[in-house]
Amino acid sequence: MSGYVYPEYLVETEWVQEHLNDPKVRLVESNEDPLLYETGHIPGAVKVDWFTMLQDQIRREFISQEQFEALCSSLGIDSDTTVVFYGDKNNWFACYAFWLFEYYGHPHLRIMNGGRQKWTQEGRPLTTEVPSYPPTSYKAKPANRSVRAFRDDVFRHIEQGLPLVDVRSPQEYTGELIHMPNYPQEGALRGGHIKGAVNIPWASAVNPETGVFKSAEELRALYEGKGLTPDKEIIAYCRIGERSSHTWFVLRYLLGYPNVRNYDGSWTEWGNLVGAPIEKGPNP
Amino acid sequence: MSEALLPRLAEIVEEFRWCEGREKLELLLQYSRRLPPLPAWLIPQRDSMEPVPECMTPVFLFIEWTPSGAVLHFDVPAEAPTVRGYAAMVAEGLRGASPEQMLALPADFYMAMGLHDVLTPQRLNGMAAIVAHLKRLALEQQRQRLNSAHPVHLQDAGNR
Repeated sequence: MSGYVYPEYLVETEWVQEHLNDPKVRLVESNEDPLLYETGHIPGAVKVDWFTMLQDQIRREFISQEQFEALCSSLGIDSDTTVVFYGDKNNWFACYAFWLFEYYGHPHLRIMNGGRQKWTQEGRPLTTEVPSYPPTSYKAKPANRSVRAFRDDVFRHIEQGLPLVDVRSPQEYTGELIHMPNYPQEGALRGGHIKGAVNIPWASAVNPETGVFKSAEELRALYEGKGLTPDKEIIAYCRIGERSSHTWFVLRYLLGYPNVRNYDGSWTEWGNLVGAPIEKGPNP
Repeated sequence: MSEALLPRLAEIVEEFRWCEGREKLELLLQYSRRLPPLPAWLIPQRDSMEPVPECMTPVFLFIEWTPSGAVLHFDVPAEAPTVRGYAAMVAEGLRGASPEQMLALPADFYMAMGLHDVLTPQRLNGMAAIVAHLKRLALEQQRQRLNSAHPVHLQDAGNR
């Protein structure tokens, strides 16, 4: 019906409401804002904060396999739990959390189509009650490098002439904008994009009114129109890796591209790397 | 160190300083709920605001300079309660301030609140941006006052 290659990775709000009391389903809210969950969330949903819970607090790195196991155990997630992610702004940080769960090999992952926006627009229930679940003894798989690109992978990718997609805004891509005004700590010393990358802003994959993903047909036209076809190995990046995990989800699961990686170092690494090839302006 | 802070702002800083861990976040959430809606007369001005880069929360700030000092009007989306909390604190803490008092405000006054421990330092960027923005508006106001005190320079007021 949807035309997506793996439609089972997406669930609709109706489905979620029907499964609110399903012990095999765990709803996880993941937002940019660390307090949004506290203002009201889907009944039974737990919170994952991308900054304080998914990342190492000293090095720039994600939590380790052991820390990931401890996190899942504390959220009552077992290896057979279906984990459904949703969140603010087109599910950007929901996709980021999904991607990290895939990195540690959790087998049953879903995104709730439309995220918080659609759920609230439909007037579905919200609560401020924080649930707790019996802890599990979760065992993760070793990190799956095939979904993640590091800077050396990007250098090799460029040498081989393979495609990259920069999913930031056109102003960030051309280099007109180096960093957010007054956000120096999140900036980069150079502006522009990785040499060879095409620009497809991440949010072009969703309908802005509902936050719902566009149809398979529209998505195919969007990515294939810029030369990103399923036969190619693709690396996606943005500024810190959250917007590109959204594009990664679209390419990997909605369009079924077998080889897509998210470069989470993204512009905040590349734009600071000595000697890294950068292109300015509108052309790849 | 808080001698340059207005009494209410100093109180807010203290209030946060004495809270621990989760309580700090709970307090920030309470402030975010207190942020009053934007008065109707400012809505057209907000709507003409330049779009901000997509990673940033759009914050609208207008300072009304009344005879008894500044009244800060903010508009921050409901999906950004952390930034709403910052805005509410600043609006409450700087009510009645003069441009000079705003300019004298130490740019890192909020570090004493200890929010960086529970939110991570990067998340205080939104606060830094608000403080930088209100200082710009205070400076603009100060220039206008200086210019109107010397009518001969009126034409240099520029912005208006």
